[in-house]
Amino acid sequence: MQGGGFKDYSVEVTDGMVVLDCIHKIQAEQAPDLACRWNCKAGKCGSCSAEINGKPALMCMTRMETLPPGEPVMVEPMQTFPIIRDLVTDVSWNYEVKKKIKPFKPRKPDNADGTWTVFQEDVERSQEFRKCIECFLCQDVCHVLRDHHKHDEFIGPRFLVFTAALEMNPLDTENRLADLKDRDGIGYCNITKCCTKVCPEHITITDNAIIPLKERVVDEFYDPLTMLFRVFRARS
Amino acid sequence: MSLLDKYIVTEHEVLVIGAGGAGLRAAIESSAHGAKTAVICKSLLGKAHTVMAEGGVAAAMGNVDDRDNWEVHFSDTMRGGGYLNNQVMAEHHAREAPARVRELEAWGAVFDRTKDGKILQRNFGGHRYPRLAHVGDRTGLEMIRTLQDHGVHQGLDVYMEMTVVSLLTSGGRVIGAMGYDRERGRMRVWRAGAVVLATGGIGKAYRITSNSWEYTGDGQSLAYHAGAELMDMEFVQFHPTGMVWPPSVRGLLVTEGVRGEGGVLRNSEGRRFMFDEIPELYKNQVAKDEEEGWRYVCGDKNAQRPPELLTRDHVARCINREIKEGRGSPHGGVFLDIGWIKERIPNAQAHIKKKLPSMYHQFMQLAGVDITTEAMEVGPTTHYVMGGVRVCGDTQMSSVPGLFAAGEVAAGLHGANRLGGNSLSDLLVFGQRAGEHAAKFAKSAKSDAIDSQQLEAETKRALEPFERPEGENPYAIQSDLQNSMQELVGIVRTQKEMEQALDVIGKLKVRSARAGISGHREYNPGWHTALDLRNLLTVSEAITRSALERKESRGAQFRDDYPSRSDECSKFNIVTRKGADGSMQLEHRPLSPLRADLAAIVEKMK
Repeated sequence: MQGGGFKDYSVEVTDGMVVLDCIHKIQAEQAPDLACRWNCKAGKCGSCSAEINGKPALMCMTRMETLPPGEPVMVEPMQTFPIIRDLVTDVSWNYEVKKKIKPFKPRKPDNADGTWTVFQEDVERSQEFRKCIECFLCQDVCHVLRDHHKHDEFIGPRFLVFTAALEMNPLDTENRLADLKDRDGIGYCNITKCCTKVCPEHITITDNAIIPLKERVVDEFYDPLTMLFRVFRARS
Repeated sequence: MSLLDKYIVTEHEVLVIGAGGAGLRAAIESSAHGAKTAVICKSLLGKAHTVMAEGGVAAAMGNVDDRDNWEVHFSDTMRGGGYLNNQVMAEHHAREAPARVRELEAWGAVFDRTKDGKILQRNFGGHRYPRLAHVGDRTGLEMIRTLQDHGVHQGLDVYMEMTVVSLLTSGGRVIGAMGYDRERGRMRVWRAGAVVLATGGIGKAYRITSNSWEYTGDGQSLAYHAGAELMDMEFVQFHPTGMVWPPSVRGLLVTEGVRGEGGVLRNSEGRRFMFDEIPELYKNQVAKDEEEGWRYVCGDKNAQRPPELLTRDHVARCINREIKEGRGSPHGGVFLDIGWIKERIPNAQAHIKKKLPSMYHQFMQLAGVDITTEAMEVGPTTHYVMGGVRVCGDTQMSSVPGLFAAGEVAAGLHGANRLGGNSLSDLLVFGQRAGEHAAKFAKSAKSDAIDSQQLEAETKRALEPFERPEGENPYAIQSDLQNSMQELVGIVRTQKEMEQALDVIGKLKVRSARAGISGHREYNPGWHTALDLRNLLTVSEAITRSALERKESRGAQFRDDYPSRSDECSKFNIVTRKGADGSMQLEHRPLSPLRADLAAIVEKMK
């Protein structure tokens, strides 16, 4: 969008209203063509991502009471993605990135009826990552994407979490470590944990997903013991 | 002039409209059968309403209670549906659901587990045994993400944020669809050998609903205007537990899983009012006291369910009664209490957060209520439509050749009332069937030319609101419709009020023809709202006319003027069709008698 800028709207706020309610009120009463995305209005679909007073957040889960009273509320689109119109951004890059990640590849079923025997403690880590609602707020806040625009070299926290869910799924047999190191740019993450802070699902993105993946990559490719071992074997 | 000058035209063998569970499952199957398949999503991929499903997917796997099998599931579904269900669909559903769930695991879904390492199943209303495979209270998200991530590697063409305005027909057969993309507002034509509708429900016809903006009855309306028959439209499910406070979240779903985990309903006097009235059909299946109810929740096979786990239609009406008779909560609901289980189990707070994490966050963040220590305030909310496009129980094809329907948009499986958890299994079982049969149909379909007059007329209709920038605000018309349906065709219905509703709908039709919008075509929600009005008005009329025609109370329909079941009315479904003159025609379609072996199952399970 060319020449965009802030426009002021005044909305009467009642008990328990969230930012998305105010946007809807503006649409219904003042600007029917004001563009925004939303679906569930319950923090479950991850559509209404925006920046509220500069902070990436879901509009449907941000209550007006939590914002400073008497001051204007600044609502902006996510900055990391190109704007389509008003609060709507082009997030298609995320869908392209996801397609490139090697899909789930289960081991052969454990039982004759085609099922697997897996225990709750084995799936819990993967389940934490699968809570992700793909709101892309972690992508939005990540400075590698937001400030350095490394979209071609770095898949961002969302897809590191996605990869972690696959890698830590007890049934999966695929290996994605080489991709993580080279194509996906996991090394760009310098664990500032901004992504963890904005995650509306409270996924501990950095500690539970990214750092363990970094460790696996290091173990596979940079382990000094492994290198030493290769030196010993390389007799001519 | 060729089509290509005015429209972006794409060719497919199978076109799936809707990308929730049913649409994605249909598309995966169609593609697996070798058909070039496209999926149209009204929103972004992965945001469809299926993500809101919380409690679980019903499948008689018998992982928790080995007495469960397809026969019990079949009879539970028929009993819940007041025996108006399509028996063929109910049988397929009960038999095939377990395989469809296991298949999800093979595609990457990560369900909660039993102690011996199987998929865990939980109790839910109307299901005799613990039957709902689940992931905490976010089962729908798990399903849609699994299908989405599997589907994108199956070579599907995905069209995100596009809306279908009309189905294209030739010689009575469906040959594609036309619509527009939200981003630029460009008109599009999708040519296809077969079309699968998987557009979900109609909740936005009501003011208080658990449904999102997308749920405007698009599929039902598209099918109806293309000549297909709708069925059972009078049966709209009001989920007993929606949030009632704060006002901005009124209607938001509170999963039945809360009751499955031991949550109880109380009125302002602290009384567990659900014990006060037990329906005849369930009198042998309900706990005699609170003690037995709790034992059932804990998995005691000799205990019967607590009355909170009766079917949704009944629970919603009991809540409605308490509120109307002045025993409600401060904000016009009743109390749902899960925190009380601390009297029974250690670490109850952690247990609740683990089992119901999104409910915990939803109440904490939106209402400032800690559900582990405080009771929730809940009341009925429009949730689901049992009726929809009438389809063949085996193939899911509608009465219009080439047009298929699966999931909420289709009628038949649930009869007069749906059991919780039977929706997610419905999506999988009939998504798979619709995908398979649409692919087969498309392979043998010949390519017909698009009727350019039809296309022009529909395009003109779609763009008309722009010619009336000073026209009436479409949001105001939508809101008036929602209020009328809420007040006049809600949980308790009467002839007088519904006749009033028909009158209102007639006036709103006139107003919607004058609706106008400002701005341009790019991502213009006002325009989209204006176009949704026809769909909402069509389904609202079908609901109201069908509800008037059914002069009895059964399942989700409660008539104050006909408060009991009638034997006469148990013999037919109500079918709605667009007449030659454009008016809505209704017909009683006789139900075929239950097949002898199925009748024996139903009898055995009584």
